[in-house]
Amino acid sequence: MLLDGINAIRACHHKEGHPHHHPHAGDAPVETHSHGGREIKVVRRVLDANDFMAGVNRKRFAEKHVFVLNLMSSPGSGKTTTLEKTLQHLMPEFRCAVIVGDICTTQDADRLAASGAPVVQINTDEFGGDCHLAAHVIEKALGGLDLDSLDILIVENIGNLVCPAEFDIGEDKRAVILSVTEGEDKPLKYPLMFRECDAALLNKIDLLPHLDYDIKLAAANVLQIHPDMPVFETSAKTEAGFGPWLEWIKTSVKEKLG
Amino acid sequence: MHEMGVAMQIVEIATASIPGHLPGARVAKVNLKVGKLSAIVPDSLTFCFDVVAKDTPLEGARLDITEIPVQAVCNACRNEWTIDQPAFSCPACNSGDITLLTGRELDIESIELAEEE
Repeated sequence: MLLDGINAIRACHHKEGHPHHHPHAGDAPVETHSHGGREIKVVRRVLDANDFMAGVNRKRFAEKHVFVLNLMSSPGSGKTTTLEKTLQHLMPEFRCAVIVGDICTTQDADRLAASGAPVVQINTDEFGGDCHLAAHVIEKALGGLDLDSLDILIVENIGNLVCPAEFDIGEDKRAVILSVTEGEDKPLKYPLMFRECDAALLNKIDLLPHLDYDIKLAAANVLQIHPDMPVFETSAKTEAGFGPWLEWIKTSVKEKLG
Repeated sequence: MHEMGVAMQIVEIATASIPGHLPGARVAKVNLKVGKLSAIVPDSLTFCFDVVAKDTPLEGARLDITEIPVQAVCNACRNEWTIDQPAFSCPACNSGDITLLTGRELDIESIELAEEE
């Protein structure tokens, strides 16, 4: 799970700890005495600054009637192509926009902009090269979007099956994409991601004839971590299996927006 | 993989928890609960903590990490058990409708101040 060495640490260094504190009920430290040094009760979630900001985002999305999908995946699983094709099918029925996160480069944003949807690119190297998109980063990106003219906002998170799962950004639903060129055991190795998501895509099924990949086993492993979760077998290239995936999104949008 | 940011947040919260009437107090220990399902590697977090605690009231403080097992309750048959394998269905009735009781913690429980010299 953890890369070795300082490069990995630098790559994942981030400014989650933004400096201002928000008032919380019961925040005041309570002093108690113990043997030796004085112990002070704290009892706070380490990520509560992120959770607070995620709550602010969620309230704003509710007020503006925008459905927000947090799309996560490993690197190279076909997330951007899936998103391109998904946007083609959702628009113009739904007014869509995208926030796309990468550590570096704007290539994904350039590709997605061709869909006609407004695209905000976040390069986390300006936030310390984050390995995930945190709620305050999303909040900043919203400045570049007109929420009043949107139905759906899709956040393409950083390609990473570990960290994004830990950070609420105020989304309504989460989906994770895995491709069939990765191991069938990935869901078992990254259980938090698959617990936290509401749907999973097994992508690049057009490659199955060339691979020794047991897609039934992969789907079973997803369900072992998250029973009853919808698992969609898709090819972003040929759009095979896209029907149920698009239907899931539309149903989720209608659940929220009516 | 985001242990550096988490370490920074711990130092920030711990520093803010030092009582205002004790300026100059130093923290000897931070008691942290980390759930087994959280995306945190304790050794890595300890390393990062030592780095970011430098030049703060937490410099040299010990990060005491208590790992919390993943406990679940089945919503169908009310069975409670500890999940220690990557499998999240009820072992008693096989239902997938479960609620996690513990295992997602990333909480600072308390800080312990150093003895005054």
